Amino acid sequence: MSSAPGDIVRFDNVGLRYGTDREVLSDVSFTLYPGSFYFLTGASGAGKTSLLKLLYLAQRPSRGVVSMFGTDTVTLPRSRLPGFRRRIGVVFQDFRLVPHLSAYDNVALPLRVSGVREDDLHMPVSDMLDWVGLSERAQARPASLSGGEQQRVAIARAVIGRPELLVADEPTGNVDPEMALKLLRLFDSLNRLGTTVVVATHDVHLLRKVPESLIMRLDKGRLSDPTGALRYPPRREPVPGSQAVP
Amino acid sequence: MRKPPLPAKGAVTGNKRFRGTRAAQLVPDARLAGPMPWVIAIMIALTVIAAAGGLALSNLVSDARADLAGGVTVQIVEASAPERDAQVRRAARVLEQDSAVRAVRIVPEAELEALLEPWLGAGVQNEAVPMPALIDLRLRGSADAATLQRLRGKLREVAPAARLDAQSAWLGPVFSAITSLLWLAAALVVLLAVTSAAAVWLAARSALGGNRPTIEIVHLLGGTDSQIARIFQRSVAFDAMLGGAVGLLLGLAAILLLGQQFARVDSGMVAGGGLHWQDWLLLAAVPLCGVGIAVLTARLTILAALRRML
Ligand SMILES: Nc1ncnc2c1ncn2[C@@H]1O[C@H](COP(=O)(O)OP(=O)(O)O)[C@@H](O)[C@H]1O
Ligand SMILES: [Mg+2]
Repeated sequence: MSSAPGDIVRFDNVGLRYGTDREVLSDVSFTLYPGSFYFLTGASGAGKTSLLKLLYLAQRPSRGVVSMFGTDTVTLPRSRLPGFRRRIGVVFQDFRLVPHLSAYDNVALPLRVSGVREDDLHMPVSDMLDWVGLSERAQARPASLSGGEQQRVAIARAVIGRPELLVADEPTGNVDPEMALKLLRLFDSLNRLGTTVVVATHDVHLLRKVPESLIMRLDKGRLSDPTGALRYPPRREPVPGSQAVP
Repeated sequence: MRKPPLPAKGAVTGNKRFRGTRAAQLVPDARLAGPMPWVIAIMIALTVIAAAGGLALSNLVSDARADLAGGVTVQIVEASAPERDAQVRRAARVLEQDSAVRAVRIVPEAELEALLEPWLGAGVQNEAVPMPALIDLRLRGSADAATLQRLRGKLREVAPAARLDAQSAWLGPVFSAITSLLWLAAALVVLLAVTSAAAVWLAARSALGGNRPTIEIVHLLGGTDSQIARIFQRSVAFDAMLGGAVGLLLGLAAILLLGQQFARVDSGMVAGGGLHWQDWLLLAAVPLCGVGIAVLTARLTILAALRRML
Protein backbone atom coordinates (compact mmCIF):
# COMPACT_ATOMS: atom_id res chain seq x y z
CA MET A 1 0.00 0.00 0.00
CA SER A 2 1.46 3.36 -0.92
CA SER A 3 0.80 6.52 1.04
CA ALA A 4 0.16 10.04 -0.07
CA PRO A 5 3.32 12.01 -0.86
CA GLY A 6 2.57 14.44 1.96
CA ASP A 7 3.01 12.10 4.90
CA ILE A 8 6.09 10.76 6.57
CA VAL A 9 4.54 7.88 8.52
CA ARG A 10 1.33 6.02 7.98
CA PHE A 11 -0.10 3.21 10.10
CA ASP A 12 -3.06 1.25 8.78
CA ASN A 13 -4.86 -1.11 11.15
CA VAL A 14 -1.65 -2.04 12.84
CA GLY A 15 -1.68 -4.78 15.45
CA LEU A 16 1.26 -5.99 17.50
CA ARG A 17 1.61 -8.94 19.79
CA TYR A 18 4.72 -10.32 21.45
CA GLY A 19 4.82 -14.06 21.00
CA THR A 20 1.40 -15.58 21.56
CA ASP A 21 0.23 -13.03 24.13
CA ARG A 22 -2.77 -10.78 23.60
CA GLU A 23 -2.30 -7.82 21.30
CA VAL A 24 -0.30 -4.97 22.82
CA LEU A 25 -1.44 -2.65 20.02
CA SER A 26 -4.75 -3.07 18.21
CA ASP A 27 -6.20 -1.38 15.14
CA VAL A 28 -3.79 1.52 15.28
CA SER A 29 -4.22 3.85 12.32
CA PHE A 30 -2.73 7.31 11.96
CA THR A 31 -0.69 9.53 9.71
CA LEU A 32 2.23 11.76 10.69
CA TYR A 33 2.72 14.87 8.60
CA PRO A 34 6.15 16.35 7.95
CA GLY A 35 7.18 19.16 10.23
CA SER A 36 4.63 18.44 12.94
CA PHE A 37 5.24 17.89 16.65
CA TYR A 38 3.44 14.95 18.25
CA PHE A 39 3.07 13.85 21.81
CA LEU A 40 2.25 10.21 22.38
CA THR A 41 0.61 9.86 25.77
CA GLY A 42 -0.92 7.06 27.74
CA ALA A 43 -0.55 5.29 31.03
CA SER A 44 2.40 3.12 31.77
CA GLY A 45 1.94 -0.17 29.89
CA ALA A 46 -0.41 1.36 27.33
CA GLY A 47 1.96 0.45 24.51
CA LYS A 48 3.84 3.69 23.85
CA THR A 49 7.27 2.08 23.65
CA SER A 50 5.86 -0.67 21.46
CA LEU A 51 4.43 1.86 19.03
CA LEU A 52 7.73 3.76 18.93
CA LYS A 53 9.59 0.50 18.22
CA LEU A 54 7.46 0.09 15.15
CA LEU A 55 8.28 3.68 14.23
CA TYR A 56 12.04 3.28 14.48
CA LEU A 57 11.93 -0.08 12.74
CA ALA A 58 13.06 -2.25 15.64
CA GLN A 59 9.92 -4.34 15.32
CA ARG A 60 7.57 -5.52 12.61
CA PRO A 61 3.84 -5.35 13.22
CA SER A 62 1.90 -8.59 13.59
CA ARG A 63 -0.66 -7.23 11.17
CA GLY A 64 -1.47 -4.08 9.27
CA VAL A 65 0.69 -1.72 7.25
CA VAL A 66 3.50 0.50 8.51
CA SER A 67 4.57 2.87 5.80
CA MET A 68 7.59 5.14 6.26
CA PHE A 69 8.62 7.93 3.89
CA GLY A 70 6.12 6.61 1.41
CA THR A 71 7.33 3.00 1.46
CA ASP A 72 5.65 0.00 3.02
CA THR A 73 8.30 -1.25 5.42
CA VAL A 74 6.51 -4.47 6.33
CA THR A 75 7.23 -6.11 3.01
CA LEU A 76 10.58 -4.40 2.56
CA PRO A 77 13.54 -6.82 2.52
CA ARG A 78 15.71 -6.67 5.65
CA SER A 79 18.66 -5.37 3.70
CA ARG A 80 16.83 -2.13 2.82
CA LEU A 81 15.95 -1.26 6.41
CA PRO A 82 19.32 0.30 7.45
CA GLY A 83 18.85 3.03 4.85
CA PHE A 84 15.49 3.88 6.42
CA ARG A 85 16.84 3.74 9.97
CA ARG A 86 19.45 6.34 9.07
CA ARG A 87 16.66 8.80 8.34
CA ILE A 88 15.24 8.34 11.84
CA GLY A 89 16.77 9.68 15.05
CA VAL A 90 15.92 7.83 18.26
CA VAL A 91 16.26 8.87 21.88
CA PHE A 92 15.81 5.63 23.78
CA GLN A 93 14.14 5.55 27.16
CA ASP A 94 17.34 4.11 28.63
CA PHE A 95 19.63 6.26 26.40
CA ARG A 96 21.59 3.22 25.15
CA LEU A 97 24.90 4.99 24.90
CA VAL A 98 27.86 2.81 23.99
CA PRO A 99 29.56 2.43 27.39
CA HIS A 100 33.18 2.32 26.24
CA LEU A 101 32.92 5.28 23.88
CA SER A 102 33.36 8.90 24.94
CA ALA A 103 30.50 11.36 24.66
CA TYR A 104 32.16 12.65 21.50
CA ASP A 105 32.40 9.21 19.91
CA ASN A 106 28.83 8.35 20.89
CA VAL A 107 27.57 11.46 19.14
CA ALA A 108 29.81 10.76 16.14
CA LEU A 109 28.55 7.17 15.83
CA PRO A 110 25.62 7.74 13.44
CA LEU A 111 27.84 9.76 11.12
CA ARG A 112 30.54 7.08 11.17
CA VAL A 113 27.98 4.39 10.47
CA SER A 114 26.85 6.47 7.50
CA GLY A 115 30.43 6.62 6.25
CA VAL A 116 31.15 10.31 6.87
CA ARG A 117 34.90 10.98 6.64
CA GLU A 118 36.74 11.82 9.86
CA ASP A 119 37.68 15.26 8.47
CA ASP A 120 34.04 16.13 7.86
CA LEU A 121 32.95 14.82 11.20
CA HIS A 122 34.76 16.93 13.75
CA MET A 123 32.93 20.22 13.17
CA PRO A 124 29.35 18.98 13.36
CA VAL A 125 30.04 16.75 16.38
CA SER A 126 31.78 19.54 18.29
CA ASP A 127 29.01 21.98 17.38
CA MET A 128 26.39 19.52 18.52
CA LEU A 129 28.11 18.89 21.86
CA ASP A 130 28.43 22.62 22.30
CA TRP A 131 24.74 23.04 21.58
CA VAL A 132 23.71 20.56 24.26
CA GLY A 133 26.24 22.18 26.61
CA LEU A 134 28.65 19.29 26.84
CA SER A 135 31.81 20.62 25.14
CA GLU A 136 33.64 20.27 28.44
CA ARG A 137 32.63 16.63 28.83
CA ALA A 138 33.36 15.54 25.26
CA GLN A 139 35.93 12.95 26.30
CA ALA A 140 33.96 11.60 29.27
CA ARG A 141 32.58 8.04 29.23
CA PRO A 142 28.82 7.66 29.82
CA ALA A 143 29.40 6.08 33.24
CA SER A 144 30.99 9.30 34.50
CA LEU A 145 28.16 11.49 33.20
CA SER A 146 25.08 12.44 35.20
CA GLY A 147 21.64 11.24 34.08
CA GLY A 148 20.84 14.59 32.52
CA GLU A 149 24.19 14.69 30.72
CA GLN A 150 23.67 11.19 29.35
CA GLN A 151 20.23 12.28 28.24
CA ARG A 152 21.74 15.17 26.30
CA VAL A 153 24.38 12.95 24.71
CA ALA A 154 21.59 10.60 23.64
CA ILE A 155 19.68 13.51 22.15
CA ALA A 156 22.75 14.89 20.39
CA ARG A 157 23.35 11.45 18.90
CA ALA A 158 19.73 11.24 17.77
CA VAL A 159 19.81 14.55 15.92
CA ILE A 160 23.41 14.70 14.63
CA GLY A 161 22.46 13.02 11.35
CA ARG A 162 19.66 15.54 10.88
CA PRO A 163 16.93 12.93 10.76
CA GLU A 164 13.67 13.52 9.00
CA LEU A 165 11.89 11.89 11.92
CA LEU A 166 12.90 12.19 15.56
CA VAL A 167 11.48 9.67 18.01
CA ALA A 168 11.97 10.14 21.78
CA ASP A 169 10.77 7.68 24.41
CA GLU A 170 10.08 9.36 27.77
CA PRO A 171 12.99 11.76 27.24
CA THR A 172 12.13 13.72 30.36
CA GLY A 173 11.63 10.72 32.58
CA ASN A 174 14.94 10.88 34.39
CA VAL A 175 15.51 14.62 34.69
CA ASP A 176 14.28 17.45 36.90
CA PRO A 177 11.48 19.72 35.63
CA GLU A 178 13.89 22.47 34.66
CA MET A 179 15.96 20.13 32.48
CA ALA A 180 12.79 18.60 31.08
CA LEU A 181 11.73 22.01 29.86
CA LYS A 182 15.15 22.66 28.32
CA LEU A 183 15.03 19.37 26.45
CA LEU A 184 11.54 20.10 25.18
CA ARG A 185 12.67 23.46 23.85
CA LEU A 186 15.50 21.62 22.14
CA PHE A 187 13.05 19.31 20.37
CA ASP A 188 10.88 22.26 19.54
CA SER A 189 13.69 24.16 17.86
CA LEU A 190 14.61 21.07 15.87
CA ASN A 191 11.01 20.74 14.87
CA ARG A 192 11.02 24.32 13.64
CA LEU A 193 13.92 23.34 11.40
CA GLY A 194 11.69 20.79 9.73
CA THR A 195 12.15 17.58 11.64
CA THR A 196 8.99 15.68 12.44
CA VAL A 197 9.05 14.94 16.17
CA VAL A 198 7.28 12.24 18.18
CA VAL A 199 7.73 12.38 21.95
CA ALA A 200 6.25 9.63 24.11
CA THR A 201 5.44 10.67 27.65
CA HIS A 202 3.09 9.77 30.45
CA ASP A 203 3.54 13.28 31.88
CA VAL A 204 0.47 15.26 30.85
CA HIS A 205 1.93 18.53 32.16
CA LEU A 206 4.49 18.38 29.41
CA LEU A 207 1.87 18.61 26.68
CA ARG A 208 1.09 22.22 27.46
CA LYS A 209 4.71 23.27 27.07
CA VAL A 210 4.65 22.92 23.31
CA PRO A 211 1.56 24.88 22.31
CA GLU A 212 1.32 23.75 18.72
CA SER A 213 1.85 20.08 19.46
CA LEU A 214 -0.59 17.35 18.42
CA ILE A 215 -1.62 14.64 20.81
CA MET A 216 -1.96 10.93 20.23
CA ARG A 217 -3.36 9.03 23.16
CA LEU A 218 -2.88 5.30 23.68
CA ASP A 219 -5.25 3.46 25.95
CA LYS A 220 -4.59 -0.27 26.43
CA GLY A 221 -3.12 -0.52 22.97
CA ARG A 222 -5.83 1.47 21.21
CA LEU A 223 -5.21 4.90 19.76
CA SER A 224 -7.58 7.78 20.30
CA ASP A 225 -7.43 11.17 18.70
CA PRO A 226 -8.76 13.44 21.46
CA THR A 227 -8.25 16.68 19.57
CA GLY A 228 -9.02 15.39 16.10
CA ALA A 229 -5.65 16.80 15.13
CA LEU A 230 -4.39 13.55 13.72
CA ARG A 231 -7.03 13.72 11.07
CA TYR A 232 -6.98 17.48 10.47
CA PRO A 233 -3.52 18.68 11.41
CA PRO A 234 -2.91 22.41 11.62
CA ARG A 235 0.09 23.20 9.46
CA ARG A 236 3.08 24.64 11.18
CA GLU A 237 5.21 27.23 9.39
CA PRO A 238 8.87 26.31 9.25
CA VAL A 239 11.39 28.98 10.20
CA PRO A 240 12.83 30.67 7.07
CA GLY A 241 16.15 29.19 6.01
CA SER A 242 15.50 25.86 7.66
CA GLN A 243 15.24 22.47 6.02
CA ALA A 244 12.82 22.52 3.13
CA VAL A 245 9.73 20.43 3.69
CA PRO A 246 8.45 18.74 0.57
CA MET B 1 17.88 28.96 22.95
CA ARG B 2 20.31 28.94 20.06
CA LYS B 3 19.47 27.36 16.79
CA PRO B 4 20.70 23.77 16.64
CA PRO B 5 23.72 23.23 14.42
CA LEU B 6 23.10 21.72 11.04
CA PRO B 7 25.33 18.85 10.08
CA ALA B 8 25.98 18.49 6.41
CA LYS B 9 22.96 16.96 4.76
CA GLY B 10 23.88 13.79 2.96
CA ALA B 11 25.65 12.62 6.03
CA VAL B 12 22.80 10.28 6.72
CA THR B 13 22.37 9.00 3.21
CA GLY B 14 26.05 8.18 2.72
CA ASN B 15 26.56 4.46 2.53
CA LYS B 16 30.28 4.14 2.63
CA ARG B 17 31.99 1.54 4.70
CA PHE B 18 32.33 1.87 8.40
CA ARG B 19 35.51 0.00 9.16
CA GLY B 20 39.01 0.11 10.50
CA THR B 21 40.11 1.08 13.99
CA ARG B 22 37.11 3.37 14.43
CA ALA B 23 34.77 0.46 13.96
CA ALA B 24 36.90 -1.87 16.04
CA GLN B 25 36.78 0.57 18.96
CA LEU B 26 33.08 -0.05 19.21
CA VAL B 27 33.57 -3.50 20.60
CA PRO B 28 36.68 -3.58 22.77
CA ASP B 29 35.67 -6.99 24.09
CA ALA B 30 35.08 -8.50 20.69
CA ARG B 31 38.63 -9.79 20.74
CA LEU B 32 38.31 -13.47 21.37
CA ALA B 33 39.05 -13.16 25.01
CA GLY B 34 41.85 -14.85 26.94
CA PRO B 35 42.64 -18.40 25.92
CA MET B 36 41.33 -18.21 22.35
CA PRO B 37 44.60 -17.36 20.57
CA TRP B 38 46.24 -20.22 22.48
CA VAL B 39 43.53 -22.68 21.54
CA ILE B 40 44.01 -21.63 17.93
CA ALA B 41 47.79 -21.91 18.31
CA ILE B 42 47.53 -25.48 19.60
CA MET B 43 45.08 -26.44 16.86
CA ILE B 44 47.35 -24.99 14.19
CA ALA B 45 50.43 -26.69 15.67
CA LEU B 46 48.66 -30.08 15.71
CA THR B 47 47.39 -29.55 12.19
CA VAL B 48 50.84 -28.61 10.96
CA ILE B 49 52.35 -31.71 12.57
CA ALA B 50 49.64 -34.02 11.23
CA ALA B 51 49.91 -32.50 7.78
CA ALA B 52 53.70 -32.72 7.81
CA GLY B 53 53.52 -36.37 8.86
CA GLY B 54 51.05 -37.10 6.10
CA LEU B 55 53.12 -35.31 3.47
CA ALA B 56 56.34 -37.03 4.57
CA LEU B 57 54.67 -40.44 4.45
CA SER B 58 53.21 -39.75 1.07
CA ASN B 59 56.63 -38.70 -0.24
CA LEU B 60 58.12 -41.82 1.25
CA VAL B 61 55.54 -44.00 -0.44
CA SER B 62 55.90 -42.40 -3.83
CA ASP B 63 59.73 -42.44 -3.67
CA ALA B 64 59.75 -46.05 -2.60
CA ARG B 65 57.16 -47.02 -5.20
CA ALA B 66 59.17 -45.46 -7.99
CA ASP B 67 62.25 -47.15 -6.63
CA LEU B 68 60.70 -50.56 -6.32
CA ALA B 69 58.30 -50.58 -9.23
CA GLY B 70 60.79 -52.04 -11.69
CA GLY B 71 62.93 -53.79 -9.09
CA VAL B 72 63.26 -57.58 -9.05
CA THR B 73 65.47 -59.67 -6.83
CA VAL B 74 66.80 -63.09 -7.84
CA GLN B 75 68.08 -65.27 -5.01
CA ILE B 76 70.09 -68.35 -5.72
CA VAL B 77 70.13 -70.62 -2.70
CA GLU B 78 72.63 -73.39 -3.29
CA ALA B 79 74.91 -74.87 -0.70
CA SER B 80 77.77 -75.70 -3.04
CA ALA B 81 79.68 -72.55 -3.84
CA PRO B 82 80.98 -73.54 -7.32
CA GLU B 83 77.55 -74.69 -8.42
CA ARG B 84 76.00 -71.47 -7.05
CA ASP B 85 78.48 -69.26 -8.91
CA ALA B 86 77.83 -71.17 -12.13
CA GLN B 87 74.08 -70.77 -11.77
CA VAL B 88 74.53 -67.04 -11.03
CA ARG B 89 76.58 -66.52 -14.18
CA ARG B 90 74.12 -68.46 -16.36
CA ALA B 91 71.13 -66.70 -14.86
CA ALA B 92 72.73 -63.27 -15.31
CA ARG B 93 73.50 -64.00 -18.93
CA VAL B 94 69.97 -65.17 -19.71
CA LEU B 95 68.43 -62.18 -17.95
CA GLU B 96 70.72 -59.66 -19.68
CA GLN B 97 69.44 -60.88 -23.01
CA ASP B 98 65.80 -60.45 -22.11
CA SER B 99 64.18 -57.40 -23.68
CA ALA B 100 62.17 -56.55 -20.54
CA VAL B 101 65.29 -56.14 -18.46
CA ARG B 102 67.11 -52.82 -18.29
CA ALA B 103 69.99 -53.65 -15.96
CA VAL B 104 71.39 -56.66 -14.17
CA ARG B 105 73.72 -56.42 -11.22
CA ILE B 106 75.22 -59.31 -9.36
CA VAL B 107 75.39 -58.16 -5.79
CA PRO B 108 79.05 -58.60 -4.74
CA GLU B 109 79.71 -61.02 -1.90
CA ALA B 110 81.33 -58.29 0.18
CA GLU B 111 78.12 -56.26 0.04
CA LEU B 112 76.07 -59.25 1.13
CA GLU B 113 78.40 -59.92 4.00
CA ALA B 114 78.12 -56.31 5.06
CA LEU B 115 74.36 -56.62 4.94
CA LEU B 116 74.34 -59.75 7.05
CA GLU B 117 77.10 -58.75 9.42
CA PRO B 118 74.83 -57.33 12.09
CA TRP B 119 73.09 -60.71 12.36
CA LEU B 120 75.86 -63.18 11.68
CA GLY B 121 78.96 -61.42 12.96
CA ALA B 122 82.08 -60.30 11.13
CA GLY B 123 84.18 -62.66 9.02
CA VAL B 124 81.36 -65.11 8.50
CA GLN B 125 82.57 -68.35 6.97
CA ASN B 126 80.99 -69.29 3.67
CA GLU B 127 80.89 -72.93 4.72
CA ALA B 128 79.41 -72.30 8.14
CA VAL B 129 76.36 -70.52 6.87
CA PRO B 130 75.57 -71.03 3.22
CA MET B 131 74.95 -67.58 1.80
CA PRO B 132 72.53 -67.06 -1.07
CA ALA B 133 73.72 -65.13 -4.08
CA LEU B 134 71.71 -62.13 -5.10
CA ILE B 135 71.05 -60.62 -8.49
CA ASP B 136 69.46 -57.18 -8.61
CA LEU B 137 67.32 -56.61 -11.71
CA ARG B 138 65.86 -53.37 -13.05
CA LEU B 139 63.02 -53.89 -15.51
CA ARG B 140 62.10 -51.43 -18.20
CA GLY B 141 58.46 -51.42 -17.15
CA SER B 142 56.96 -52.38 -13.85
CA ALA B 143 57.27 -55.86 -12.46
CA ASP B 144 53.91 -57.27 -13.54
CA ALA B 145 52.95 -60.88 -12.98
CA ALA B 146 53.26 -61.96 -16.63
CA THR B 147 56.81 -60.70 -16.98
CA LEU B 148 57.82 -62.29 -13.70
CA GLN B 149 56.28 -65.58 -14.76
CA ARG B 150 58.15 -65.53 -18.08
CA LEU B 151 61.47 -64.73 -16.40
CA ARG B 152 60.91 -67.51 -13.88
CA GLY B 153 60.36 -69.95 -16.74
CA LYS B 154 63.62 -68.94 -18.39
CA LEU B 155 65.55 -69.21 -15.16
CA ARG B 156 64.22 -72.67 -14.30
CA GLU B 157 66.28 -74.21 -17.10
CA VAL B 158 69.61 -72.51 -16.40
CA ALA B 159 69.44 -71.98 -12.62
CA PRO B 160 67.05 -74.34 -10.85
CA ALA B 161 68.05 -72.91 -7.47
CA ALA B 162 66.89 -69.40 -8.45
CA ARG B 163 63.98 -67.67 -6.74
CA LEU B 164 62.67 -64.54 -8.39
CA ASP B 165 60.58 -61.92 -6.53
CA ALA B 166 59.37 -58.42 -7.31
CA GLN B 167 60.68 -56.05 -4.65
CA SER B 168 57.32 -54.38 -4.40
CA ALA B 169 55.63 -57.64 -3.53
CA TRP B 170 57.14 -58.07 -0.09
CA LEU B 171 56.62 -54.36 0.64
CA GLY B 172 52.95 -54.54 -0.28
CA PRO B 173 51.65 -54.83 3.30
CA VAL B 174 53.94 -51.99 4.34
CA PHE B 175 52.50 -49.79 1.63
CA SER B 176 48.93 -50.50 2.60
CA ALA B 177 49.76 -49.79 6.24
CA ILE B 178 51.31 -46.48 5.24
CA THR B 179 48.32 -45.65 3.08
CA SER B 180 46.08 -46.17 6.11
CA LEU B 181 48.32 -43.81 8.05
CA LEU B 182 47.93 -41.27 5.27
CA TRP B 183 44.16 -41.44 5.54
CA LEU B 184 44.47 -41.11 9.28
CA ALA B 185 46.57 -37.96 8.86
CA ALA B 186 44.04 -36.50 6.42
CA ALA B 187 41.18 -37.32 8.80
CA LEU B 188 43.08 -35.69 11.67
CA VAL B 189 43.59 -32.52 9.65
CA VAL B 190 39.87 -32.39 8.83
CA LEU B 191 38.86 -33.07 12.45
CA LEU B 192 41.20 -30.37 13.70
CA ALA B 193 39.74 -27.89 11.22
CA VAL B 194 36.20 -28.72 12.37
CA THR B 195 37.19 -28.46 16.04
CA SER B 196 38.90 -25.12 15.44
CA ALA B 197 35.81 -23.81 13.69
CA ALA B 198 33.67 -24.98 16.60
CA ALA B 199 35.97 -23.28 19.11
CA VAL B 200 35.86 -20.04 17.16
CA TRP B 201 32.10 -20.34 16.87
CA LEU B 202 31.74 -20.62 20.64
CA ALA B 203 34.14 -17.75 21.22
CA ALA B 204 32.44 -15.54 18.64
CA ARG B 205 29.09 -16.26 20.25
CA SER B 206 30.31 -15.27 23.68
CA ALA B 207 31.97 -12.13 22.30
CA LEU B 208 28.71 -11.39 20.55
CA GLY B 209 26.75 -11.89 23.75
CA GLY B 210 28.98 -9.53 25.70
CA ASN B 211 28.56 -6.86 23.05
CA ARG B 212 24.90 -7.37 22.25
CA PRO B 213 23.81 -3.94 23.55
CA THR B 214 26.41 -2.21 21.39
CA ILE B 215 25.45 -4.29 18.39
CA GLU B 216 21.81 -3.41 18.88
CA ILE B 217 22.63 0.28 19.03
CA VAL B 218 24.70 0.20 15.85
CA HIS B 219 21.95 -1.88 14.24
CA LEU B 220 19.28 0.65 15.22
CA LEU B 221 21.43 3.57 14.07
CA GLY B 222 21.31 2.05 10.60
CA GLY B 223 24.45 -0.07 10.65
CA THR B 224 24.25 -2.87 8.08
CA ASP B 225 24.84 -6.51 8.96
CA SER B 226 28.09 -6.44 7.01
CA GLN B 227 29.33 -3.40 8.86
CA ILE B 228 28.69 -5.03 12.20
CA ALA B 229 30.08 -8.40 11.13
CA ARG B 230 33.22 -6.70 9.84
CA ILE B 231 33.94 -5.24 13.27
CA PHE B 232 34.02 -8.75 14.71
CA GLN B 233 35.84 -10.30 11.78
CA ARG B 234 38.61 -7.81 12.26
CA SER B 235 39.27 -8.68 15.86
CA VAL B 236 38.83 -12.41 15.28
CA ALA B 237 41.26 -12.23 12.37
CA PHE B 238 43.75 -10.51 14.65
CA ASP B 239 43.47 -13.23 17.29
CA ALA B 240 43.59 -16.01 14.73
CA MET B 241 46.71 -14.54 13.13
CA LEU B 242 48.41 -14.35 16.49
CA GLY B 243 47.42 -17.94 17.31
CA GLY B 244 48.28 -19.11 13.81
CA ALA B 245 51.77 -17.64 13.92
CA VAL B 246 52.51 -19.17 17.32
CA GLY B 247 51.00 -22.50 16.21
CA LEU B 248 53.03 -22.57 13.01
CA LEU B 249 56.24 -21.95 14.94
CA LEU B 250 55.41 -24.68 17.47
CA GLY B 251 54.48 -27.10 14.69
CA LEU B 252 57.61 -26.38 12.66
CA ALA B 253 59.81 -26.77 15.72
CA ALA B 254 58.28 -30.18 16.37
CA ILE B 255 58.74 -31.23 12.76
CA LEU B 256 62.37 -30.12 12.62
CA LEU B 257 63.08 -31.98 15.85
CA LEU B 258 61.45 -35.16 14.54
CA GLY B 259 63.23 -34.70 11.22
CA GLN B 260 66.60 -34.63 12.97
CA GLN B 261 65.76 -37.77 14.89
CA PHE B 262 64.81 -39.61 11.73
CA ALA B 263 67.88 -38.33 9.92
CA ARG B 264 69.97 -40.17 12.50
CA VAL B 265 68.16 -43.40 11.68
CA ASP B 266 70.34 -44.37 8.74
CA SER B 267 67.71 -46.12 6.74
CA GLY B 268 67.13 -45.91 3.04
CA MET B 269 63.38 -45.84 3.52
CA VAL B 270 63.14 -42.97 5.97
CA ALA B 271 65.60 -40.96 3.91
CA GLY B 272 63.02 -40.96 1.13
CA GLY B 273 60.41 -39.42 3.43
CA GLY B 274 61.66 -35.81 3.47
CA LEU B 275 59.56 -32.75 2.71
CA HIS B 276 59.83 -30.97 -0.61
CA TRP B 277 59.58 -27.20 -0.89
CA GLN B 278 55.96 -27.48 -2.05
CA ASP B 279 55.22 -29.30 1.19
CA TRP B 280 56.70 -26.47 3.25
CA LEU B 281 54.50 -24.02 1.33
CA LEU B 282 51.48 -26.18 2.14
CA LEU B 283 52.39 -26.20 5.82
CA ALA B 284 52.79 -22.43 5.80
CA ALA B 285 49.29 -22.24 4.29
CA VAL B 286 47.81 -24.07 7.29
CA PRO B 287 47.65 -20.99 9.59
CA LEU B 288 46.32 -18.92 6.68
CA CYS B 289 43.50 -21.44 6.24
CA GLY B 290 43.02 -21.28 10.01
CA VAL B 291 42.57 -17.50 9.86
CA GLY B 292 40.20 -17.95 6.95
CA ILE B 293 38.10 -20.51 8.81
CA ALA B 294 38.06 -18.34 11.95
CA VAL B 295 36.98 -15.20 10.10
CA LEU B 296 34.34 -17.03 8.09
CA THR B 297 32.97 -18.73 11.20
CA ALA B 298 32.84 -15.43 13.06
CA ARG B 299 31.07 -13.76 10.16
CA LEU B 300 28.45 -16.48 9.81
CA THR B 301 27.85 -16.52 13.57
CA ILE B 302 27.34 -12.75 13.73
CA LEU B 303 25.16 -12.66 10.63
CA ALA B 304 22.98 -15.45 11.99
CA ALA B 305 22.54 -13.56 15.28
CA LEU B 306 21.77 -10.30 13.45
CA ARG B 307 19.13 -11.95 11.32
CA ARG B 308 17.21 -12.62 14.51
CA MET B 309 16.97 -8.86 15.00
CA LEU B 310 14.73 -7.07 12.56
N1 LIG C 1 9.44 -7.46 24.54
C1 LIG C 1 8.23 -7.67 25.10
N2 LIG C 1 7.77 -8.93 25.24
C2 LIG C 1 6.55 -9.17 25.79
N3 LIG C 1 5.72 -8.20 26.24
C3 LIG C 1 6.13 -6.93 26.13
C4 LIG C 1 7.39 -6.60 25.57
N4 LIG C 1 7.53 -5.25 25.58
C5 LIG C 1 6.39 -4.78 26.13
N5 LIG C 1 5.55 -5.76 26.47
C6 LIG C 1 4.22 -5.61 27.05
O1 LIG C 1 3.47 -4.78 26.20
C7 LIG C 1 2.69 -3.88 26.94
C8 LIG C 1 2.98 -2.47 26.54
O2 LIG C 1 4.31 -2.16 26.91
P1 LIG C 1 5.04 -0.83 26.48
O3 LIG C 1 4.92 -0.69 25.02
O4 LIG C 1 6.41 -0.85 27.04
O5 LIG C 1 4.15 0.27 27.20
P2 LIG C 1 4.53 1.74 27.66
O6 LIG C 1 5.78 2.15 26.95
O7 LIG C 1 3.36 2.55 27.29
O8 LIG C 1 4.71 1.70 29.13
C9 LIG C 1 2.97 -4.16 28.41
O9 LIG C 1 1.94 -4.97 28.89
C10 LIG C 1 4.26 -4.91 28.38
O10 LIG C 1 4.30 -5.84 29.44
MG1 LIG D 1 7.67 2.77 27.68
